[in-house]
Amino acid sequence: MQRSLIDRIYSTVIGAITCFGMLLLLAPTLVVLVISFTGGITLKFPPPSWSLRWYVELLQSREIVEPALTSLKVAAAATLLSAVLGGAAALGLARSRLKMARALDALFMSPMVLPAMAFGLSLLLVFNLLGIRLSAATLVLGHTIICVPFVIRMVGASVQQLNPVLITCSLSLGASRWYTFRRITLPLIRRGIVASCFVAFLTSFDNVPVSLFLADARTEVLPIKLWAILEGSLDVRVAAVSGVIVLVTLAGLVCAEIFGGISRQIGKR
Amino acid sequence: MTPASTNASRQLLPVVPLAALFLAAFVLPLAALVAISLFRNPQSAELSLLQYLRFLSDPFSIKVLSDTLWLGAEVALATLVLSYPLALVYVASGPFMRTLITFLIMLPLLTSTVVRTFAWIVILGRDGIVNSAMLSLGLWQSPARLLYTWEGMVLALTQIQLPLMALPVINSLLRLDGNLTRAAEGLGASRVRIFLTVVLPLTLPGAIAGWLLVFAAAATAFITQTLVGGGRIILMPSYIYQQAVGVQDWPFAAALSLIFTLAVTGIVFAIGALSRRFVRGVDAA
Repeated sequence: MQRSLIDRIYSTVIGAITCFGMLLLLAPTLVVLVISFTGGITLKFPPPSWSLRWYVELLQSREIVEPALTSLKVAAAATLLSAVLGGAAALGLARSRLKMARALDALFMSPMVLPAMAFGLSLLLVFNLLGIRLSAATLVLGHTIICVPFVIRMVGASVQQLNPVLITCSLSLGASRWYTFRRITLPLIRRGIVASCFVAFLTSFDNVPVSLFLADARTEVLPIKLWAILEGSLDVRVAAVSGVIVLVTLAGLVCAEIFGGISRQIGKR
Repeated sequence: MTPASTNASRQLLPVVPLAALFLAAFVLPLAALVAISLFRNPQSAELSLLQYLRFLSDPFSIKVLSDTLWLGAEVALATLVLSYPLALVYVASGPFMRTLITFLIMLPLLTSTVVRTFAWIVILGRDGIVNSAMLSLGLWQSPARLLYTWEGMVLALTQIQLPLMALPVINSLLRLDGNLTRAAEGLGASRVRIFLTVVLPLTLPGAIAGWLLVFAAAATAFITQTLVGGGRIILMPSYIYQQAVGVQDWPFAAALSLIFTLAVTGIVFAIGALSRRFVRGVDAA
């Protein structure tokens, strides 16, 4: 029975590592949520008492609320830009067998490979050379480039699954190209678009390396502000911000799951 | 041009706006980065290879680069060790467990990096969870320093990057033909042997893809590196930031960025190419 003993040890090891892995994945998020409801003034765990005081404090801190609003606006603009430009490009590239198309696809994916730090610095250098002042617009431009690869991949995957016969049918029945796009193509690739918008929004909202170089004093974004706070002193307000971000992300995930089947989309990537 | 080729080119029309944007906001900046890295110093535009020589002759800079690449390799290995058991359990279990694992993987993937890093500060800090648990259990006499250490940073980055590894490994395990493992089982192979001789070789493409993703992500993870690693551990991203924003030495910062980029992408491409050569079916990943 030696073999079954080895098998049992094997199963135990696999089970133990899996439990550890699952705990590791869950613990940090849970810790953040729990500690954000502390009544104390330090990050002691478990909290000595419970209260919503840091959430109240948060609403009154303009130095955190304003970067948060900036981040939301920048992420919304970058998502819109990358969804429109990236979506159009994905439609054009997905079926093309031209060498040119493959080269362009590689170009559009390269922000994923390039360390974002290097890209942030390079944009700063160009704006400086051209005498362009940093603003929310320059920030949106940088974020858009970072978000585009996700849109191209996810919308591209949806377009690949689209049956081209449907479009040929629509056109041959006399529908215009625009009508066909609006009534046939768009609804069929909707899931890919919704999912990619969700990922693009999170990518921009969370981006640090590009914002680090491109954000001026007036367009401070939330992750940079939080980073600065955490580098200085441990502030319990960060726990409250984190709590809000976790809850909003969860809500967003549920919405994206309902409208875009996000888990399948991400799994496919 | 033949009608067919004009038609094919017209298909690329919707790509033009994005291509223009990339030219202006991606290709041009990178060209500027290369150009400025060749400046002799911040004041003069005289071209030279001085910045690169400066890097190569400075043991500190070389150490920063090798530490950063080593960090990426270590974290990628740690996530790999955790991902296989997760994936094996995922594939073997029913819908509930599968949904649970998917959810647990998605949760950190979508939560902001600053938030995830903040959680690790709470866990590893002086009054953190690990320290207070160990002290109250009487296992430790005084709080240990866990934050601002290399091990703490590896642990935090492992959790933060784990989803990037778990997804490709789960995907390649799902694609594995179940008949092969059943055949091996029928022929009397132990489960360890099945894993080592059937499962592992056939899912290697997914594992390599995940390893490369995590390697690149961990090496460039500025936030986690600076907050959990602290000021004592200097790695390439904070070195570049410090040279560019702190010292305002743009030529050197540009050279550092390019060296770092080449090192990371060079390793990614080299390992990718090697594995395409020696592992069957890597392209499928």
